Amino acid sequence: MLTAQVITYFAISISIIAMIVKALRYMKAPEHMRWELYPVPHEKGKAEYGGSYLEEFDWWTKPRESDTINELKEMAEEIILLKGVFRHNKTVWVSSLPFHLGMYLTIGWLFLLLFGGILQICGMSMYPQDGVLASIIYYATIAAGYVGLFLTGIGALGLLIWRSTETEQRRFNSPSDYFNLFAFVVVCGITLFTQYTIDGSFVHMRAYVQSLVTFGNITSPGALFTTEVILIALLIMYIPLTRMSHFVAKYFLYHDVRWNDVPNERGSKIEKRIAELLKEKVSWAAPHIKTGQTWGEVVTDNKEISNE
Amino acid sequence: MNDKIIRPKDISKDVDQLVHLDYKKLPKLPYPYEDWEDPQFEPLPEAKRKLRDTSLDGIVNVSVPVPETEEEKERLVAKFLEGLKKLLTKENNWTFLEPLMLSLDNCVKCNTCADACPIFEESGRLEIYRPLFRSDILRQIVNKYVKPGGKLTAKFTGNDIDLNWNTIARLAQLSYRCTLCRRCAQTCPMGVDNGLLSREIRKLFSQEMGISPSELHEDGTIKQLQTGSSTGISPTALMDLMEFMEEDITERTGLTIKIPFDKPNADILLVHNAGEFLSWPENIEAFAIIFEAAGLNWTMSSDMVGYDSVNYGLFYDDAQYAKVTLRHSDVAKKLGVKKVVSGECGHAHKAMMSIGDRIWLEEGNVHRESSMVTLDHILKNNMIKIDPERNNFPVTMHDPCNLTRSMGIIEPQRRVIRKICPQFREMTPHGVYNYCCGGGSGFAIMQSHNFPSWRMSISGRKKFEQILNAFTREEHGPGKNKYVCAPCSNCKGQIRDIINYFDAYEKTRLMYGGLVELVVNAMTDVKEGYIEWDDFH
Repeated sequence: MLTAQVITYFAISISIIAMIVKALRYMKAPEHMRWELYPVPHEKGKAEYGGSYLEEFDWWTKPRESDTINELKEMAEEIILLKGVFRHNKTVWVSSLPFHLGMYLTIGWLFLLLFGGILQICGMSMYPQDGVLASIIYYATIAAGYVGLFLTGIGALGLLIWRSTETEQRRFNSPSDYFNLFAFVVVCGITLFTQYTIDGSFVHMRAYVQSLVTFGNITSPGALFTTEVILIALLIMYIPLTRMSHFVAKYFLYHDVRWNDVPNERGSKIEKRIAELLKEKVSWAAPHIKTGQTWGEVVTDNKEISNE
Repeated sequence: MNDKIIRPKDISKDVDQLVHLDYKKLPKLPYPYEDWEDPQFEPLPEAKRKLRDTSLDGIVNVSVPVPETEEEKERLVAKFLEGLKKLLTKENNWTFLEPLMLSLDNCVKCNTCADACPIFEESGRLEIYRPLFRSDILRQIVNKYVKPGGKLTAKFTGNDIDLNWNTIARLAQLSYRCTLCRRCAQTCPMGVDNGLLSREIRKLFSQEMGISPSELHEDGTIKQLQTGSSTGISPTALMDLMEFMEEDITERTGLTIKIPFDKPNADILLVHNAGEFLSWPENIEAFAIIFEAAGLNWTMSSDMVGYDSVNYGLFYDDAQYAKVTLRHSDVAKKLGVKKVVSGECGHAHKAMMSIGDRIWLEEGNVHRESSMVTLDHILKNNMIKIDPERNNFPVTMHDPCNLTRSMGIIEPQRRVIRKICPQFREMTPHGVYNYCCGGGSGFAIMQSHNFPSWRMSISGRKKFEQILNAFTREEHGPGKNKYVCAPCSNCKGQIRDIINYFDAYEKTRLMYGGLVELVVNAMTDVKEGYIEWDDFH
């Protein structure tokens, strides 16, 4: 399975690099103006109705109380149950929920395979009769694998049907939208079929993952299995190159923009960062902005104020 | 062309007008307006159509000049693309670069935003007003023409839009068919913000191409920086107006009040939207009556720009926005006040307190507070005497988007109104999930060409529907006074225009005004009848 192994290494590398590049792009973005959107869940005692600390008289004299528990609860509901989609678009939620839950389980399945493979390298045997830990990993891998792949595949199929049949939606679909979902349906379908017929308890798959860790040789139980692992690898590589990797951006969309209500105080880090950004030179071409001036010069250019 | 099946790539099509509006097909209104028929849409006269682009929907609120030659068109397309590239750089757009990148990159095109948009809904679901329609055009242009290799993958990734003069002219118009209310962003599961994208498109046109509505730029920020106010009121004229207002206070209330100006080191610098000076002086007077009765140590400023909290830059241009807000900061610093209180103006709140938060720096970072909060504090601490029975008529309240959705100021104004209005009732929905008045992002002051009828028929329709539904059938009876409280100058202007357009003052005795007018109307040491029901203006 050398070819499959090489493709898998390549795919995982590209995937990791693409995700890091994506995250770094947002992490390195400059400080921006506030643009929060309420409700903000960490507003203690106010989040329920969409209030903020700006409702307090002399708010700057009050301690700012952040409700981390409520924020985590909101995040958990959003990540696990897709609360926003449920509230505003139930047609999509019906398919999107199994798709996302399936993805989480499938990712869990891959990590269980990795963990089991590492334990095998350490000399443990991964059959139910080999102790409690082995038994848990054995059965958890089977459950996460089958349920995860099934939910992902069925969810992707549901989304594909929704995209194909909703008249208003079809105007905005691109060939890649159909292809992406179709790819999930195909990969999940082939994986489920292959595993069920060739490798029902994921023994070969665990061995394959183990071989990736040890850079060892391994013999494929069949062409179908080789095809399956290559397809999984290609999908892992493909996801971060598309907007399907929105899980990376969603963190920044919420924490850097939508929920970012940190006030700028005198002498704060925000103030220092903004002071630096005001030194950036502007090249806008409209007559009311002088190209070549810094932002600081542009915004304090008070020549219009005639009677001072 | 069938309006219903227009797709984003159609924006570049070589047709005279992409969509033809028919106001007769707009959704029906509730009681007592079930039989209401909107006046038919009026296209611009031919002579004007030759000078200004009307190729989107026949409406003009941003005047896009029509190029005379093909070369000129090509030059403008190139300029647009140049501006788009600048919009994606740190040096030119650090102010909103991260939110812009995030909203451009991560839309999954699920269309969840569509049902949240009152303009899309009340237009009868016209495709061009769909929130995703506008942002998808921008996204496609960026993906195809700015990102490396974009043209190679354009067909597969659905970015096969053509960039020509039609695309640009219509995109400019499209950016002014959104009130930036951000209701769509609230429903986006990803957190993508179509309102932000509309504003970024506006910025590109203004900052690179010098294209913006004259009401916002020449007669807005430029005039404000040159004369002191977007209304053109100079500091000298302001003092004359104040004299008139002081006399008016005495006449209406029996009180003698000297409105304080330029008092150094006062606790509060109160800043109003200058629209109030001309259109609703009773609002300025009401603030003065309340603040004096409460014994506050306050002042107003007669310094250039210091008496006008308007900041239209918020709607279309970061440079103009920053020039105005920093002027406000300078005035507050110079006076040495403890805090600036923003009067009843939603966008001024956001400009000073939220967006301005990051650029009111060092000594200029004077604390800012909403007048809703100050009023709540005054009533909570019984600093004025009130009799709620004086306001014993049905009252509903409009929530300004900037105050609620963008700043989370929801309850203070409610605590006040519940205390002073025994017949207060909420609109549905309200608070942080409110609907825009339809005059947001500068629409309320745009009176030129054929835009006002669109602003009433389509963008203001949802709010009018909400207002009607807030009252019972019995309350809609003739001669039954009802009050729509809109604690925001622009919203108030829009609601006035809606009432006029639908003839609702005559038909159902619908009155509108701010919150402070209701407070003064309930004050026991003020002559009764501060709200003048027979004086609709």
